[in-house]
Amino acid sequence: MIKGTIHVSIDICKGCELCIAACPQESLALSEQINKKGYRYAVLIKDNCTGCVNCALVCPDAVITVYREPKSAKKREAVEA
Amino acid sequence: MFEDRKMETMTAPAGMELVYRRPSTLVDTPMHYCPGCSHGVVHRLIMEVVEETGIQEKTIGVAPVGCSVFAYNYLDVDMQEAPHGRATAVATGIKRVHPDKIVFTYQGDGDLAAIGTGETIHTVNRGESIVVVFINNAIYGMTGGQMAPTTLLGMVTSTTPFGREQPVMGYPLKITELIAHLPGAYFVTRQAVHTTAHVRKAKKALQAAFEYQGHNKGTCFLEFVSNCPSGWKMTPLEANDWLEKNMLPMYPLGDLKVPGRN
Repeated sequence: MIKGTIHVSIDICKGCELCIAACPQESLALSEQINKKGYRYAVLIKDNCTGCVNCALVCPDAVITVYREPKSAKKREAVEA
Repeated sequence: MFEDRKMETMTAPAGMELVYRRPSTLVDTPMHYCPGCSHGVVHRLIMEVVEETGIQEKTIGVAPVGCSVFAYNYLDVDMQEAPHGRATAVATGIKRVHPDKIVFTYQGDGDLAAIGTGETIHTVNRGESIVVVFINNAIYGMTGGQMAPTTLLGMVTSTTPFGREQPVMGYPLKITELIAHLPGAYFVTRQAVHTTAHVRKAKKALQAAFEYQGHNKGTCFLEFVSNCPSGWKMTPLEANDWLEKNMLPMYPLGDLKVPGRN
């Protein structure tokens, strides 16, 4: 399975939970801590993220950046180098 | 302030490549919208299209009155604020003075379908070559959730506490259907942004609309059926669920007018 990961801009997230519902891997949840504005923010709780971009597409505040392993071996080598 | 969102400081973890980031044409500032509001998604989609097609320098947007009155704080293109409901009239002027620019308006249902009904219909009837982005959440969000012309029958708002009743308040206004019959309309479509599949389709529609504007053959009108978690008194997830069950039967998604097809 392709491995991916996301980065959440914690201080801008409003904890609307739309990304949590959109994640097919159920790898997102709300944090226990709160951010500067007092919202619980989205965090990755499992390492089964595939980088499918679903969470970032539904995010109203554009807080999610998505990274993924390159599909082809050639590209993978280029990224690792 | 937001170091982790700067394009320069975004670094991919080892062995991974960047597959998605917010568009650089979206100003890096927190939006004032309520959690889960569809405005943010549509803002982002417009700016993705602007970034991908490289039209940032020649795009002019017109902001409305309503929740999205501060759209000019978030969209990094030339923006003009318009009086309530008059965004399409202002856009007409801009487009006629600068016919080589890409002009779009961004309006809610209180702006476009209530106070601005006349301007909207006449702009489309004149066939002005602009893109009209219409956010329909069936409520006046900014002023505290009052009934809008687009409010569904039976829907509870702060001015219809027992639900909208047809004998007194009339029927919901389907302005997109109204517009689609006008000869000046070139591309008319209704989209939603509450699920990933709908977001992908909505982006395609926006790409088409911005491309069609170059044809100079008429108005491109895009309705986005949206949620209003605060106005509807629901959580964002409940609001999206309610939207799917109640809004979509009344406002069916799809293309109403496509160039070359009808």
